[in-house]
Amino acid sequence: MSKILLLYLIFSVLIFFLPKKLAGYKAIVLMLLQVAVFIYFISLALNTPSGSTVIEEIPWIPGLGLNLVFVADGLSGAFALLITGIGALVFLFAHQYMKKYENTGGFYLQLNLFSGAMLGLVLSGNLVQMFIFWELTTVFSFFLIAFFHEKEESRKAAFQSLFVTGFGGLSLLTGIILLGTVTDSYAVNDWITHADEIRNSQLYLPGLVLIFLGVFTKSAQFPFHFWLPGAMQAPAPVSAYLHSATMVKAGVFLLIRLTPALGGTPEWTYIISLTGVLTMLTGAWFAVTKTDIKSILAYTTISALGILVLLTGINTMLSLKAALVFLFVHAFYKASLFMIAGLIEKKTGTREIENLGGLVRYMPLTFIFATLALFSMAGLPPMLGFLGKELIYEAKVQSPGIASLVLILGVTANILMVTVSLLFLYKVFLGKYKNRGAIPNEKGFLLLSGPAVLGMLSLIIGLFPEFFAKSVIEPALNIIRDEKIVVKLELWHGFNKVFFLSLVTVLSGAGLFLLIIKQEKVITFWRKINTRLFAVNFSDVFTNFLNNFIEFSKQGTKSIQHGYHRYYILTIVLFASALLTLQLMVTSEWKIQAPLSFRPFYISGVVIITALATIFSIISPTRILTIISMGVAGYGIALVYLYYSAPDLAITQILVETLTVVMFFLILQRLPRFAKLSPIRTKIRDAVVSLFFGGIMTMLALKAIKINFSNPVSDYFVENSLSKGYGRNIVNVILVDFRALDTLGEVTVLTVAAFGVFLLLRKKSEP
Amino acid sequence: METLLAILVGILYTAGFYMLLRRSILKFIIGIIFLSNATNLLVFLSAGLVAGSPAFIKDGNMQAEKTADPLPQALVLTAIVIGLGILVFTLALKYKYFEVTGTDDLDQLKKTDD
Amino acid sequence: MNTVILKIASRYVRGLLIIFAVIALLRGHNFPGGGFIGGLLAGLSVAFKGYTFGIAYLKKHMSIMPEWFIISGLVMILFSAIPAFLNKTGFMTGEWYKITLPLAGELKLGTPLIFDFGIFLAIIGITIIFLFSLTEKE
Repeated sequence: MSKILLLYLIFSVLIFFLPKKLAGYKAIVLMLLQVAVFIYFISLALNTPSGSTVIEEIPWIPGLGLNLVFVADGLSGAFALLITGIGALVFLFAHQYMKKYENTGGFYLQLNLFSGAMLGLVLSGNLVQMFIFWELTTVFSFFLIAFFHEKEESRKAAFQSLFVTGFGGLSLLTGIILLGTVTDSYAVNDWITHADEIRNSQLYLPGLVLIFLGVFTKSAQFPFHFWLPGAMQAPAPVSAYLHSATMVKAGVFLLIRLTPALGGTPEWTYIISLTGVLTMLTGAWFAVTKTDIKSILAYTTISALGILVLLTGINTMLSLKAALVFLFVHAFYKASLFMIAGLIEKKTGTREIENLGGLVRYMPLTFIFATLALFSMAGLPPMLGFLGKELIYEAKVQSPGIASLVLILGVTANILMVTVSLLFLYKVFLGKYKNRGAIPNEKGFLLLSGPAVLGMLSLIIGLFPEFFAKSVIEPALNIIRDEKIVVKLELWHGFNKVFFLSLVTVLSGAGLFLLIIKQEKVITFWRKINTRLFAVNFSDVFTNFLNNFIEFSKQGTKSIQHGYHRYYILTIVLFASALLTLQLMVTSEWKIQAPLSFRPFYISGVVIITALATIFSIISPTRILTIISMGVAGYGIALVYLYYSAPDLAITQILVETLTVVMFFLILQRLPRFAKLSPIRTKIRDAVVSLFFGGIMTMLALKAIKINFSNPVSDYFVENSLSKGYGRNIVNVILVDFRALDTLGEVTVLTVAAFGVFLLLRKKSEP
Repeated sequence: METLLAILVGILYTAGFYMLLRRSILKFIIGIIFLSNATNLLVFLSAGLVAGSPAFIKDGNMQAEKTADPLPQALVLTAIVIGLGILVFTLALKYKYFEVTGTDDLDQLKKTDD
Repeated sequence: MNTVILKIASRYVRGLLIIFAVIALLRGHNFPGGGFIGGLLAGLSVAFKGYTFGIAYLKKHMSIMPEWFIISGLVMILFSAIPAFLNKTGFMTGEWYKITLPLAGELKLGTPLIFDFGIFLAIIGITIIFLFSLTEKE
């Protein structure tokens, strides 16, 4: 399986090296890859018994016990089929759709890499590895949303989605690591075997909440849902692929994946169910009032994601089955609808529902496929959507605990979905053609191929669901529940409570639809409620928060990074002195054992002269005196070196000091005199701080003298200097033999300095 | 003598740091020189002082008497030469800065991008 | 500082400095000295000449540009690393070869000597560049 992922990587690059004739067919090439991988997973599903897993393990960071684990089982297989299948259709669609735009190479690269990352995500058997793929999808989503990066809105939306999902991703990582400490492993299988241990751990709740944050941001759950409508700035293929069928389902996937390990507790059930219900309702509620067709689709997507999360939260066999079926239902109709939306936008130049209408005359085929998809969305027979909805109702009816509330809210949401579907169909395709622009057409059959295939699939699977249930849903369910389950799907359930609920849903939905059409006031009133009810726009809240945060950071930075060089130094030195003082006080075993003595006197004389020269160099009024006294101090130090057995040091110090003075004099003529810049008070303050620092350093020096650590490194040098280095001057042997690499580094630094000086001061060449 | 030298180290640090806090860049550079001298001396000092017995290997008796520790000497030697490089580079920078701005005042360096 | 005395004196002083530099370099392995000290001494001799005749004069009459000192020095340092590389010992491990000359007796030659010579050259070049650059006139 790792090879498949590699293939994605290779193909992403390969499309740039296609021969000229094929250069226009990048999308087709990538589509073929998707088809191939799709077939691979189909054959894998057919050739392995239900409930078995294929595992590939590659050592990654063995020291941390991290292995790259790729798992193909029923669950990941189902997702992989979605990713590759819809991926193939999306590439086909994109081939036609993106023709007019520039820089499509980069677009396909990102889309294909996204596809690979998504596949990697669902195949991951290791949570850290999954996190990496998770973040990769976030990043590619960012790039893809920002495809029209010359538009500010686009950039803003891209950033918003990156920020929200990126934040979620980090929470997720923290959660994974937290819970990983319980089991000491990041492999999903280990988590499942140690499920009880995790659930009883103190870290369970915090870890769970953090993981939920990741899931809810990725799958656009309330209150993080706002990034998804913003992400509609992306081109239609991206919306169809990332923001309806695959990426936003990653959160749901993770929930399902972790259900055996973390699920089953009240915390799990209530947090997820509540979030799911809220999201489901919010999405459907807002979808009715939106006028931008992509925006409508985005909100219905949010609603659908809410349903999926809710079903995972209910966590019964039925609900998980419903979730799996609905996953496909939604992917089929939503990807199809997004492609249709892109098509309509392309042909009519608008996405506003008020400007559309009557398209059935110009785009009959589109109308048919849209009807199929919308019927599926509304949950009308004989589509797969009906089946999905029935299952959902069944699951909700039988859900333990908060069943009645969930059921009422769920039915409400579904009623709204029916209304939205009908509204969409009516406003876009029926009625009068209002658009003044060009007459739309259906040229470019590739644009319609996706909706056609998906629509037909919805219909066929809806009518004959046995094969689908057997080969896709059953293996996935077996993996989640870890037991042998025989899944049967039927369109017709007979007259029961669920059917009755469906009937109520459809009738109420249709009634609401009629009401809205007949009475314009209803929708305006609805919108008014929305603005009252949700006075806070989540997107604005986010933007404000971000702006305030940036402002706060700016202020903070300004107060720390004030630009006065010497205050930086002052801060650093004061802090360093404080640390040193502390250390000196703590390490009491370093006794100061140096009595003050002035023998030998001539060295005392040298030291005193050096000290005086140093002090004079500070207070002298002219530059020349300062530099000369600085030189004197340097020579004094050289004499100290000489006396205390370091002739090499002494010679070097003298030479360097000489050169220093020479250099100063060379440049001095061309520099200004010392200006008196600081007032006397500043000088006194600086002097006090400097004295404090100097005093600390004296203490340090006193304490540092004659500390003998057990085995001085120098012993090695002393012993081997003559025998191995053939030199008697140990210092020099260290420099050129034992530590030659350091010396090389030093010479390199000097060379860089020399060329730096040369470049800084070279004469400007005459033009 | 160690005590006296330790005090000298303190004085050099005081002087270097005081110069570092001045607004004139030339003084700043001189401050750097004092600081590097002070640090060299500190490293040299911390190895212990041995008078009149450089770190050479003599013929015959191997290390009968205590010689000076060669390692700090090698370190300091490197540091001295590097110090020269730093000094000249800062001097060149300083000169360029003066040439461009016509001032010696570090406070004029506040803004980085205009 | 364009005096006759200085000019004449400089000729001898420079010669002496160069000789000292070479001596410091050669005996550096056993006595005080070495590539750094030698290089700085030789650099000083150039500085001295510059003081006497003016740096501009010097620049004009320089037959080898200082960059070449640095480059040849660095190349020598790299060169000294080759034997260790070929022998697959640690990077820059010293390699020694004993040569017995008919009159001088046994002579030990090793890569550290080449290394030291490389430092010597590089330091000369660096010092000269420092000097030249700082006196560059607009």
